[in-house]
Amino acid sequence: MTSKEKELNNKPEKEVAKKYEQYVKQFTPRPKYFSNSLKAFFVGGLICIAALYVQNLLMDKGLSEKNAGAYVTVFLICLAQLLTGLGVFDTIGKFAGAGVFVPITGFANSMVAPAIEYKKEGPVLGIGAKLFSLAGPVLVCGITVSAIIGIISYFMQ
Amino acid sequence: MDYFYAFVIGGGMCVIGQILIDTTKLTTPRILVIFVVAGAVLTGLGLYEPLVKLAKNGATVPLPGFGYSLAKGSMDGAKDGFLAAISGGIKNTAAGLTAAVVFGYIIALVFSPKSKR
Amino acid sequence: MKNKLGKQTFQFPLKPRIIGSCAIVGEKEGKGPMAKWFDIILDDDTFGEKTWEKSESKMLKQAVLLALQKSGHKKEEIDSMLTGDLINQLMSSSFMARDLSIPFLGIYGACSTMTESMILGSMMIDGHYASNILIGASSHYCTAERQFRMPLEHGNHRPPSAQWTSTAAGGMVLSSEDKGDSALTQGQDVKEIYITHATPGKIIDAGITDVNQMGAAMVPAAVDTIVRHFLDTGRNPEFYDMILTGDLGLIGKEIAVDLLNGAGMDVTNVYDDCGAMMYEKSQDTHSGGSGCGCSASIFSGYVYKEMRAGKIKNALLVSTGALLSTISSQQGESIPGIAHAVAVSTEGGS
Repeated sequence: MTSKEKELNNKPEKEVAKKYEQYVKQFTPRPKYFSNSLKAFFVGGLICIAALYVQNLLMDKGLSEKNAGAYVTVFLICLAQLLTGLGVFDTIGKFAGAGVFVPITGFANSMVAPAIEYKKEGPVLGIGAKLFSLAGPVLVCGITVSAIIGIISYFMQ
Repeated sequence: MDYFYAFVIGGGMCVIGQILIDTTKLTTPRILVIFVVAGAVLTGLGLYEPLVKLAKNGATVPLPGFGYSLAKGSMDGAKDGFLAAISGGIKNTAAGLTAAVVFGYIIALVFSPKSKR
Repeated sequence: MKNKLGKQTFQFPLKPRIIGSCAIVGEKEGKGPMAKWFDIILDDDTFGEKTWEKSESKMLKQAVLLALQKSGHKKEEIDSMLTGDLINQLMSSSFMARDLSIPFLGIYGACSTMTESMILGSMMIDGHYASNILIGASSHYCTAERQFRMPLEHGNHRPPSAQWTSTAAGGMVLSSEDKGDSALTQGQDVKEIYITHATPGKIIDAGITDVNQMGAAMVPAAVDTIVRHFLDTGRNPEFYDMILTGDLGLIGKEIAVDLLNGAGMDVTNVYDDCGAMMYEKSQDTHSGGSGCGCSASIFSGYVYKEMRAGKIKNALLVSTGALLSTISSQQGESIPGIAHAVAVSTEGGS
């Protein structure tokens, strides 16, 4: 690189940046890995147990396993969204971390949270668009992958 | 025994998520995407189905379960033809998606964001 | 260039005075250790407005208007107003200025806005372009959070290095004449506060890409500006009773002390950071406060009042800014840091 080019690319050199990052690390407190994981484990596990309990209840009432499962999913999504609206979900999330974030509740929360936030920007470009600002990538990637899998299995039969 | 596996498998997936949050710089939407795509791919490879049989809701409620439903819909659809193969994923998850959109819209109309204390 | 010292420092022979100031903070900040220094503490972060942007705008407006009132001047006597905030296109500042009909210059320096506006205001006075200048800066947790990070109701986990954008605004009146602070001068002996020197900083990028490491990203810029200020003016840390950086936070403060020590400057007795001062540990803000309003409110609340009362004689105020945007961080760019220093003194009036 000529000196002129170097001047134009006046960005920090990678080694310096890496050294500084290492240096900064010694001042940064580490997250509480163990207690965070423990909380996530218990809350996440409990959500799954509750879901299984409700599903079994519905199946006892004569619903098929597939339909009961769908009802449970719908119920969890609505509950998470209601808690988000009431302003409780962020508090739970702060405690449980991935425990409520990895179950479908986290997906529901990431749909409705930006929608509430951008309510004042209108019902179309505010709520309408922002429902998908965080969840959109999930749907796009998930649906794309599932379609590819579908096509592959179609041709592999 | 169902409950035990549901608890352990479901909780275990949350721990993986927590470790990703704590040790990497991945942002939340990225972690969501990783989980869903991983669930779909594992299902495609036939590795997720046994987990669902074992842990029931412990495997379907976490986000990989969403990927599982998507991929399973497509794979089941593939038996009925090409069109069903590409539409099966959404069909299989339609109830949850519709609920999330409609109920989410209503919630956003009713509630306003609150400042944190 | 008779008013320039060394490489980067300005001196102001006219010594512009700070003759009025006001600090407003939100509910959470009002429960912190600095509460008694603020003029207004909101009961409710909405401030009675429908959107967060309007709330922030109203806070800034209140801050500059109250500072004006305390300076004893009328709106018509203000020659120019320089304010800034964090929202896109300076929404809070512009919409606040819309109602005031004072010549307005909006400035963006991220969280370094307060000292940036002090420097520019002082230069306008020293250059005889103005005799009274209104300056200010604001930030709001809810507006910044939704622009730069995640929605409020999103249940995400904040890492230990994350900082809390302060809901706060500060305003000051700079003037070439001495007219007392009407609220403070009632029968009391108060000191005049002069702005004597200023050192605008260079942008320094240490290569930090993690947006949750804002404090650490700004430290090199802050340290560079402070060291440069001492080199240019020939002063040393002992000269100041207080050296305050803007919003490096708890982690950034430790790094700054370490780096300054490494440069041979012992600042432990006089140095503090506004972000580290703003909240109690129990308020769970992780690494402390940030945002334009953080340093703005502490300078125009705590520092101003202590100087007026004669408790602090010489202070070096260094607001620090992280000049990133939502786009730059998505594109994987590192965070450019900046810091501007202003030396204020109660001594040396002519």
